[in-house]
Amino acid sequence: MKRLLSSYRLRIETRMDNPGWMGLVSAILGVLLALIIGGFVLRAAGATDPIATYREIFKEAFGTFADWRAGISAVLNHKACAKGLLCFGPLSDTLVKASPILLTTLACIVAFRMKLWNIGADGQMFFGAWAATGVALFVLPETTNRVVMLGAMALAGILAGSLYGAIPGFLKAKLNINEIITTLMLNYIGYKWLEYFIVVGPWSIGDFESTGKFPVSATWPRLTEYVKQFPIAAGLTVHPGIFVGVLAAILLAWILYRSRWGYQIRVIGDNPKAARYAGINLERNIILVMAISGALAGLAGMNEVAALRTLTGRFQRGYGFTGVIVAWLARLNPLAAILVSFLFGGLLVGTKLIQPQGIASMLQGVILFVVIGTELLFRYRVRLEKVEQIVVPETRGENDR
Amino acid sequence: MTGSNLTILAITILFGALVSGTPLLFATIGEIFSERSGVMNLGIEGMMLVGAMGGFAVWFHTGNMIFGLIAGMLLGGLLALLHAFITISLRADQVVSGLAVTFLGAGFSSILGQPYVGQRVPQPITLPIPGLEYIPAEQIILVFIGLIFAPLAWYYLNRTRPGLNLRSVGEYPSAADSLGINVYHTRYSYVIFGGMMSGLGGAAMSLITDPGWSDGKTSGLGWIAVGLVIFAAWDPLRGLWVSYLFGLLRRLPLDLQNPALPLISTANNPSVGRFMDMLPYLATIFILILGSREAMRKRLGAPAALGTPYIRGERG
Amino acid sequence: MTESINAFEMRGIVKRFPGVIANDHVDFACRPGEVHALLGENGAGKSTLMNVLAGLYHPDAGEIFVGGKRVVFRSPQDAIAHGIGMVHQHFMLVPTHSVAENVVLGLNQPRFFLKLAHVEEQVAALGEQFGMTVNPRAKIWELSVGEQQRVEVLKMLFRGAKVLILDEPTAVLTPQEVETLFVTLRDMTKRGHTIVFISHKLDEVVAISDRVTVMRRGKVTAAQIPTRETTKAQLAKRMVGREILFQIEKKKAQPGKVILSVEHIFAENDRGLPALRDLSLQVCAGEVLGIAGVAGNGQRELAEVLTGLRRAVKGKIMFGDIPLDKHTSWLNLGQKLAHIPEDRAAVGSVPDLSIAENLILKSFHRPPIAAGWSINRAAVHQNAVRLAGEYQITMPSVDTPARMLSGGNLQKLILARETSGHPELMIAMHPTRGLDVGATEAVHNILIKQRDAGAAILLISEDLDELLSLSDRLGVIYEGQLVGEMPTKDAEIHKVGLMMAGTKVEA
Repeated sequence: MKRLLSSYRLRIETRMDNPGWMGLVSAILGVLLALIIGGFVLRAAGATDPIATYREIFKEAFGTFADWRAGISAVLNHKACAKGLLCFGPLSDTLVKASPILLTTLACIVAFRMKLWNIGADGQMFFGAWAATGVALFVLPETTNRVVMLGAMALAGILAGSLYGAIPGFLKAKLNINEIITTLMLNYIGYKWLEYFIVVGPWSIGDFESTGKFPVSATWPRLTEYVKQFPIAAGLTVHPGIFVGVLAAILLAWILYRSRWGYQIRVIGDNPKAARYAGINLERNIILVMAISGALAGLAGMNEVAALRTLTGRFQRGYGFTGVIVAWLARLNPLAAILVSFLFGGLLVGTKLIQPQGIASMLQGVILFVVIGTELLFRYRVRLEKVEQIVVPETRGENDR
Repeated sequence: MTGSNLTILAITILFGALVSGTPLLFATIGEIFSERSGVMNLGIEGMMLVGAMGGFAVWFHTGNMIFGLIAGMLLGGLLALLHAFITISLRADQVVSGLAVTFLGAGFSSILGQPYVGQRVPQPITLPIPGLEYIPAEQIILVFIGLIFAPLAWYYLNRTRPGLNLRSVGEYPSAADSLGINVYHTRYSYVIFGGMMSGLGGAAMSLITDPGWSDGKTSGLGWIAVGLVIFAAWDPLRGLWVSYLFGLLRRLPLDLQNPALPLISTANNPSVGRFMDMLPYLATIFILILGSREAMRKRLGAPAALGTPYIRGERG
Repeated sequence: MTESINAFEMRGIVKRFPGVIANDHVDFACRPGEVHALLGENGAGKSTLMNVLAGLYHPDAGEIFVGGKRVVFRSPQDAIAHGIGMVHQHFMLVPTHSVAENVVLGLNQPRFFLKLAHVEEQVAALGEQFGMTVNPRAKIWELSVGEQQRVEVLKMLFRGAKVLILDEPTAVLTPQEVETLFVTLRDMTKRGHTIVFISHKLDEVVAISDRVTVMRRGKVTAAQIPTRETTKAQLAKRMVGREILFQIEKKKAQPGKVILSVEHIFAENDRGLPALRDLSLQVCAGEVLGIAGVAGNGQRELAEVLTGLRRAVKGKIMFGDIPLDKHTSWLNLGQKLAHIPEDRAAVGSVPDLSIAENLILKSFHRPPIAAGWSINRAAVHQNAVRLAGEYQITMPSVDTPARMLSGGNLQKLILARETSGHPELMIAMHPTRGLDVGATEAVHNILIKQRDAGAAILLISEDLDELLSLSDRLGVIYEGQLVGEMPTKDAEIHKVGLMMAGTKVEA
């Protein structure tokens, strides 16, 4: 006696094609869903109208169309903006914020490409900032040429960051020690290291938890310094740091997609066995990639102190973590990272004055979740299918004792 | 300074180490269970944070500490459920999902915890027993629970059938599956259990060991727990003493500032204290290096299937 | 009703996998208390048939009877409930658990507390009873492979298995351990247990079995013959078949100077056991040396040692004038040394990179692909288009990720990459395994073309037809040693079959 039963089950198959639009869809979906969930959390935290909050965040981050129009007409007439800082101030702030994000994102991208989870861009950035500050205040004289000074600071930041990144790389390559934990622990050590110098240690000035002001030669020139030539520039703090990030992104994209070494990295990241088969040295590349990752983060640190013009005990943490999310949203593509970093810069600027405070962090977490959750759509095809089963009930059980 | 005073000081420091190590112990053992089943959960920091914040909030409104602890557990478990779904059912990368859990936990706790920053904190209950009146009763109970929890966890893992199933699923899921053990159910259960323990650890922090809520309360303790799991070689009993060791390290900068301490007091030397703050983190790296040596020698290792999603083979 | 004298019976079993029929209407049955050998080459369908019996696979058609009653197994638990248990080639043992823990894993009793001391006693007693002593407290990883096998058997006996299926049980054992195993098996049949013994080693089949069934290409070629009434030569013929399927047009080889010279090498496998034992061979320019042998006799280790993926423990390897050892820069050897790996997808390709990028894996650091520090994109593209045409790789475009290629096309990609740079030496392992007839022919033609162009080729395969039609000389590997070497024209298939099965024959 046979009985036919049918039921449905979720079938997950490996996807053979890889539609390009899905990356964009999952990123947009991630952001939308994050905003919806965030809205509920805002409600719970006491905000009456989450949509108004979002509108406020957008305005704070990018400005309004009316202000932009005023700004553009001011530029065309070579006048100061009638609305003052409102014209391009938000955009300028966002660009300032985006430049360290972009650099730490690139740090994450180069490591993640090789499946090295460098979560320590924060610590590497702190060390870069520390080294750059040391050069600016204690190594080179105030009168040093600005370009030489900034170059030396960048070099110091890169060197410090790369050394700090190479430590977990070395431990991973030689002793197979989990780089996630080591890079994280080095973050905290980096924080404390800076605290020692700034809060109690030799670099602080008097009772302030801060170093002295950097000499002008050790600071990024801001747009506002050129107010005489361009009236519109008044009060805008945007600086060349963003160009450093964009250049680094282009360079990294070139390395990854066009250079021999980048090819090796992509091979190792995708299939280490095939890399060994081709004769590629894995250990050396692990250390090298971690050093480069650290170097980019260190450069972010230099970039940040040169913009802040002093190193304080409240030097901001968390850029390294934002970099992780941006890297993932950009699907580890350095050029896409430029755009996503800009948007995240906007998110951080826009939420700065908004209560409650943790909103940026929460939104980042939700976005990351949705992006990795929808990743399933890339790798697998999910289908609901009908299953028919032949059930022969009487044969079972009878023979059990 | 008299000898008896010194003795009391030493006891205070040591007991303090047990107290401050206990939340870490809960998180570490929770993660041991999760990883033994084959799922790495890097979201401990986030789960501890929501546990700490939620636990504090519930206590704040109900005045009941037990409710607070339970709320912390539930919130940690809820976040872990999300991680389980993403990594076990959707087979996403465990590392990235764990990071997302941490971001989410940090964000939620920061937003929702805002009203509780700097609020009144639970008043310690003191015992009218001579010599013990300086030590809050709930701390004694907490340490006691931790002390029995670790051996119980060890026993469960090594001497019971569910424990055996749990270990098999983490070591060789297809073998376990071929013998009729449901890999997915098992992994879900212990990831959630791990999250509950982390949440409990967080709540224990904000209610008992370091009463009060502030943003980023756990300051990396969750990450240290992940490192301790590796050094503990996924063994709850080793997890017990390493947690206490780290409890000591965490308190040491404070304890050493005590001017009553002869010779080694850092009361007049704050810069040393800053470096002392690095100790737990440096020590974590150090024990990982030690652990890697030991692992090579003794063949101690991570559960073989750790980090890999289980995909049931096509069966006709 | 079936004849009740059979312990179990399988009728008309059909099992298909994508592209292959592993079992094509197979009938099989065993009598209680016998050792029944299931003989056949790799890929003949023996293991598939037994996986169906053990409840791991569901047959596409066919019926199974146990004790005369029809049964349907939906899982291995169903099979074991009917007294059928299987010991797989890859043991299903958790290495970090103790013997006793492995034995009771997945059982319903005891429900919560394991009472390990009690279980350990039971396991020890059971082992005693069957002459399979093993320390129940030992961790699996501490045990030798032979002991692990005993644990697997005990695990099945503990669950009440009356029919025990052993998949290639001797493949991993030393000769001494094989003897012990045979004594145990005999002992078990005396107690009424039935043994299905899957093997391709003739000597062992003759030594242990009561009856034998031979399979070839998914079909039974000799059913349930009493072992006493047959000979090794007859069985060998049934196992390997006689017809040669492919006839390759090829000129006589013109061997040149020695390109690869391997002298007395020793190497270990992944478990740290000896895999190559004092193996020596030479391959000259313009000839194909075929290596025949049953899987797991050191072929993989040989290929890996020669291509830098594994280090030899002892011995000397010369590639022309270049010694191959730990100082070798394998990256610089590049295309001079071609390697067709056993596992195409996992070792030979980078799945998410494009076809064009996969084609430069061995040449990316040399001009014309390399241009200074960068990679010449135009050259990469041209290279890909040229090779795709030359080697007839079917694909959407050269920018398609490699993981989307079919097995045959992926193999052509690997061959294109490895042979387009005029290699001096080529190590090819199972180059046609799993390919259809057309792709197989294409691969064979490429290999012969390389030979005629002067490459030295070492061809490792389990397919005797392929070896006989392609190679100029034929060696047989058995337990890490070359047990015979002869010009292919002198190789008689049954003789090779016997040598592969470990029987010494005067070549």
